[in-house]
Amino acid sequence: MGVRVIDILDQILTIGFFTAMLRVATPLLLATLGEMFSERAGVLNLGIEGIMLLGAMTGFCAGYFTGSLWIGIAVAAATGITFGALMGLLTVTLGLSQHVSGLGVTLLCTGLAFFGYRLIFGQPSRPPNVDAFDSTTIPVLSDIPVLGPILFDHVTVVYIAFVLVPVVAFVLYRTPWGLSLRTVGENPNAAASAGVSVAWTRYTALMISGALFGIAGAYFSLAQFNAFTFGVISGRGWVCIALVVLGRWDPWRCAFAALLFGAVDALQLRLQSSGVIDLPFQVFLLLPFLVTVVAMAFVARNARAPAALLVPYRKEER
Amino acid sequence: MRIRLETRVVTPAWLNFALPVFAVLATLVLCGGLIIAAGANVLEAYIALFGGAFGSRINIVETLVKAAPLVFTGLAVAVAFRAKFWNIGAEGQLLAGAMAAAYIGALEGLPVWTLVPLMILGGAMAGGLWASIPAFLKVRFRVDDVVATLMLNFVIFYGMMALLSGPWKDSLSGYPDSPDIRMDAEYPILLEATRLHLGVLLATVGAVLVWLLMTRTTLGFSIRSVGENARAAAHAGIPVKRVVFVTAVLSGGLAGLAGVGEVAGLHFQVMASLSPGYGYTGIVIAMLARLNPLGVIPAAVFFAAVATGAETMSRATGVPVYLGDVIQGASLICMLVALLFTQYRIRIRGSGVGGWGFV
Repeated sequence: MGVRVIDILDQILTIGFFTAMLRVATPLLLATLGEMFSERAGVLNLGIEGIMLLGAMTGFCAGYFTGSLWIGIAVAAATGITFGALMGLLTVTLGLSQHVSGLGVTLLCTGLAFFGYRLIFGQPSRPPNVDAFDSTTIPVLSDIPVLGPILFDHVTVVYIAFVLVPVVAFVLYRTPWGLSLRTVGENPNAAASAGVSVAWTRYTALMISGALFGIAGAYFSLAQFNAFTFGVISGRGWVCIALVVLGRWDPWRCAFAALLFGAVDALQLRLQSSGVIDLPFQVFLLLPFLVTVVAMAFVARNARAPAALLVPYRKEER
Repeated sequence: MRIRLETRVVTPAWLNFALPVFAVLATLVLCGGLIIAAGANVLEAYIALFGGAFGSRINIVETLVKAAPLVFTGLAVAVAFRAKFWNIGAEGQLLAGAMAAAYIGALEGLPVWTLVPLMILGGAMAGGLWASIPAFLKVRFRVDDVVATLMLNFVIFYGMMALLSGPWKDSLSGYPDSPDIRMDAEYPILLEATRLHLGVLLATVGAVLVWLLMTRTTLGFSIRSVGENARAAAHAGIPVKRVVFVTAVLSGGLAGLAGVGEVAGLHFQVMASLSPGYGYTGIVIAMLARLNPLGVIPAAVFFAAVATGAETMSRATGVPVYLGDVIQGASLICMLVALLFTQYRIRIRGSGVGGWGFV
């Protein structure tokens, strides 16, 4: 294979590549921030993959029938909140295994997404689709050479996702509620003696994470593919679990991890279509997953998860 | 009258049977809502589902054939979860086993009688090898097992598809399929004019062997000790890391055997649709079986029945076939909730008079 590095660089050093990177990173960023919230409160939310898929389905349906993509996003968020609350019922109120509860929620949501879509649309020969969001070009800023089109010519959800990073960082590190959340995830007994409701904090974190998962899912079906397919998420939710570890449970680092992953994903998409490397396209599809495992091997040893992650909290055991 | 929860000291044995039944019944009641939403009669739909799974000799055989890979993935998960190695990768390990079996089974020049044994051995080794990667990463680099096993599912699936659309593609087929295995490499049929193949028998034997391993051997004892309390196990001199690694490889090997059976007994090649999520269903099966290898058999038959019956039900009543997927997820959650009764009992106490407990 005569692959020249210069040909690959040629694919990267384009405005299109960086625009694609931000576009691809957006749903991952939303879901990663969501997962970070719940893990910071001490709950591993493995419902992520299923909730994203169900959010993609309900969001698409709402968008398709109302004609408003924003209603679609809202319905997807509501779906996510519902199943985030179910996750809370299982892991917080009932104190069940977080691993198995999360897998249960994912399997349930996956089943519901398939069932609901088939019930509503039957088996159409061509999958119904919606008109995509128009991109919101920010005046003046988008005229800056190179950076303008890369940063300021996207659909609104992209801006929202990236504005969320400083917002989440502020909430987490600079507000009393953020302090309670972090304490609940590190030392729930201390939080409880300070008068914080461990259960309610965890529920809130799970519902926020669910909402972000739902929106991330709807981004795929409403803004990226403009249709719902059964493989619309295909593992991207699971990737976000790794991104939280790579981002060391910090919103800024998580955003960086999501961008890095977005770059890998955007690169494999471009290499696929450019034909620079002559390999079956599936080789490129596996690349992001392989990169994630390898990255985990480098980072995991020094990663320090919130101390109370995976530990159910029961009042009487104090 | 007061109702309160009390901690149980001992779990009565009958609960092990009652809880999965209770969980399944609760699931069927809950999913009744979806059947109504689909505009069908709940009872009719469930009768159609049951008939599709067990209504005739052929249907029963089809259910058993579908149960074979599920027994193996259920065992794989049950063994791994016992050691608290969260192997969500049975799906990928199944594919590894299937690919090894399809490769060996198509080899010309091997003596006929060695084909099936070599496929079984090679498939188990391939599954074990694929599982050894996340096991190594966990033991050596502390990489989260959930993440690693999940990622590797996608790596091997896309890797397999790349091979099937390139170097490993059957030149006679228009689809990304591997070449057929040799006739002599196929599992023998156990029942004339049906698809009941050797793999069904192997799955049953496998469950008994794994049960013996887990309950009657030192390794089984070590696996359970590590899962219950790794620190205590380490104090008792059990090499925890090595046990976790061996458990993961064993688990992967069992999942690999699921793949061997699908290739040698049913499809005679590998293709994209080889596994409709058997690895993930294995998680539900293992939990319903309470991680007991013998319990895996009825649990696998149940989910195989749901899968085969759902298609009949869908044709008869118009309820989407994906009801089967919802039943899987819902029964896992119901079973988890039901497991609370192994830790707690509900006590209803009359005012002042002596109390009585139930469940």
